[in-house]
Amino acid sequence: MLRFILSRLASLGLSLIVASLVIFTVTEVIPGDPVSYMMGLNAPPEVEAALRTLLHLNGSAPTRYLAWVVGMLHGDFGTSYTYRVPVAGLIAARLQVSLPLTIYALILSTLIALPAGMIAAARRGRPTDAAVMGATQLGIAVPNFWFAMLLVLLFAVRLHWVQAGGFPGWDKGLWVNLKALTLPAIALALPQASILARVMRSALIETLGQDYIRTARAKGLSRAQTLRRHAFRNALIPVLTILGLQFSFLLAGAIIIENVFYLPGLGRLIFQGITQRDLIVVQSVVMLLVAAVIVVNFAVDLAYALIDPRLRRPA
Amino acid sequence: MTLLSTRDLSVSINGTPILDRVSFDVAEGEVFGLVGESGSGKSMTALALMQLLPHGARATGAVQMGGRDLLALPERQMCALRGREIGMIFQEPMTALNPVQTIGAQVAETLVIHGAASRSVARAQARHHLDRVGLADIPLGRFPHELSGGQRQRVCIAMAVALRPKLLIADEPTTALDVTTQAQILDLLRDLVAQERMALMLITHDLAVVAGIATHTAVMQAGRIVEAGPTEVLFRQRAHSYTRRLFAASAHVPQRAPTASATPLLHVENATRDYQLPRATPFAAPGHHRAVNAVSFTLNEGESLGLVGESGSGKSTLARAILGLDVLQGGTIQLGGEAVTAGHHMHATMRAKMQVVFQDPYGSFNPRHHVARLIAEPFHLLPKPPTDGAARINEALTAVGLTPDDANKFIHEFSGGQRQRIAIARALIIRPKLIVLDEAVSALDVRVRAQILDLLASLQASHGLAYLFITHDLSVLRAITDRVLVMRAGEIVETGATAQVLNAPQHPYTQSLIAATPRIPEGWFKETTDAAQPLV
Repeated sequence: MLRFILSRLASLGLSLIVASLVIFTVTEVIPGDPVSYMMGLNAPPEVEAALRTLLHLNGSAPTRYLAWVVGMLHGDFGTSYTYRVPVAGLIAARLQVSLPLTIYALILSTLIALPAGMIAAARRGRPTDAAVMGATQLGIAVPNFWFAMLLVLLFAVRLHWVQAGGFPGWDKGLWVNLKALTLPAIALALPQASILARVMRSALIETLGQDYIRTARAKGLSRAQTLRRHAFRNALIPVLTILGLQFSFLLAGAIIIENVFYLPGLGRLIFQGITQRDLIVVQSVVMLLVAAVIVVNFAVDLAYALIDPRLRRPA
Repeated sequence: MTLLSTRDLSVSINGTPILDRVSFDVAEGEVFGLVGESGSGKSMTALALMQLLPHGARATGAVQMGGRDLLALPERQMCALRGREIGMIFQEPMTALNPVQTIGAQVAETLVIHGAASRSVARAQARHHLDRVGLADIPLGRFPHELSGGQRQRVCIAMAVALRPKLLIADEPTTALDVTTQAQILDLLRDLVAQERMALMLITHDLAVVAGIATHTAVMQAGRIVEAGPTEVLFRQRAHSYTRRLFAASAHVPQRAPTASATPLLHVENATRDYQLPRATPFAAPGHHRAVNAVSFTLNEGESLGLVGESGSGKSTLARAILGLDVLQGGTIQLGGEAVTAGHHMHATMRAKMQVVFQDPYGSFNPRHHVARLIAEPFHLLPKPPTDGAARINEALTAVGLTPDDANKFIHEFSGGQRQRIAIARALIIRPKLIVLDEAVSALDVRVRAQILDLLASLQASHGLAYLFITHDLSVLRAITDRVLVMRAGEIVETGATAQVLNAPQHPYTQSLIAATPRIPEGWFKETTDAAQPLV
């Protein structure tokens, strides 16, 4: 198992290096000089040169790549040239919203999806199954910004249970922030839970057709015991795969929901960075997201190995 | 004393009758054999007793055990009864165990689920039960994938008999195992029956297995029991015509004219094949497993050569190398004087000289192509498609006993035996010199197998084919091969004329292989005239 972890860690490090090289190269070859964008076409050359030095845009590509990587390892992501503040601080502020929101949404989605998928699989072909499948179909089909607006209309405008949007900040206490994130988390969780429930159901149905399920029944386990003790864990692999993908997607892909609820999240930061051609912000945030995806994949790999002993051999 | 009494058990699935008024008794402590071909309803009978029938099945009749009718028991009471009073094991030990739980946990679960022991006590008892089935040196913490097929079947048996049930139902328990492993598992079952006074209901298609173990036997055909009685009486009398046909087919030896010439066709010299093992550390050189070790032999034109050995002995690896699918690490293979080279280097005309028929008549066809396209596939090995393609498809179909009309059907419209005929037609259509048959009749019922063996014998005579027959079944070897190679751990340990090797084996391994093969006592067969020759 230790050897498995080490081999996965090695491939994690390698992926990070390759990813950083790709991101750096792509930002290099994108047409457009950030300095001329910032200063306009008629800027005096000495001002441009000064700005170039300020932004660390001098020197050869390899030295700048090294400086960028070493900086990131020290927590220095450079300075945004639209906000004129360190990118690290910007990202940290946005992560304070996006990370809890993502985790909140995933917890909600898992809590809904796993039981729903299990119930549907256990009652396959019966009305309960049809109801769950119908609900998940709807959950995937409904656009989540529209669902978000319905949530706002009901819970904020009519019932006044929560604010319609905005994020108070963690210094205002845990409870108000959780309240502020609840509606967005529900809106984000709905389609993810629907997908996850369907994956859980089909994985369970496939597992329930395996020979060892018949063996378990012949031992005297009831249908429900068989599902819990033998089918569930074997069906978790595809569910985990989807869960990992959903985490990465939600972390930066929540931009529409962030806009509906006026949340200062990571998705909006990227969007603004791109529209304002703030390459330093884009480069750093993309690197961060890629790192998040790689780390989540690593965690998912470890979870696979915990679930299934056959996967514990080094790749 | 009757333990289990089944009366007029009928089962239908969504209205289709599967079992028709099946009645039999199993006495305490006896071995009851239930034989029949696939689809005859043997397994359905067992599942009906356990009330584990598939969705949409309806069972009527009565199954009396201990004063209760099992068919009338509610699910909750059936759960209490399964595993405690009736244990069951199945055919496929490779998939019968949960891959993510240790074998200790799975054996202990039988005890825990029935409240017979606490979790910790159950673990200690699991050790005892695994010891009893001959797994004393296997730790409880092992996972199923770390065990061999025979060991897994022992775990299944340990699970099924942990609570000393009065009846153990074994559904083809040894069909997926090698003969020597089969003999060990049958010995174990025999011991358990004797020691625990447990009754055993043994479901099998193999008459020789039943002959060696069962006190009473029933023969099933198409959902009904056609004949039943004490095993020896039933084997000697064979009162029902189906029983007679079944016995004749199991001992069938096709008429063969000698076709072997002295011209070498396939020449294998010092063939060596290694498999790379995972690296021990990321930078260590990968280890190797030598699957085929310096194998040499010659197969003459028109000859039928058997290659026998247990699973893992390297038979199929050797076959893959001969077919040019894998690269050898040493040695040479020549077909008709030309070297066989693996991969894309091998010329299509070389591939056209040899074709292969695999074991699985269900998995080896694309279900979306009609038969004409399936059997015409080897035509791509020719420089250009033959002008008489349609005629050759008809010819190949006719040669294997099908009709030209079958060309427009899809594969799902055919039975297992018919599919194997189509596989042979596909191999034949390009007029090869050599056909490699990799366990090609192992999955077939005895009567279908007899027909396919007849077909192969007549095709060999009419087309001058050479066969390389890979099998673990000694009766098939005797029926269809001239010479035999015995393979063990990647090496050929014995070779010679088939009759000579099977009747007077020289190598200890061949001797153990032949000794482990179940056989019907000779006297049981000789009294009637309809059976041709005894099994091996």
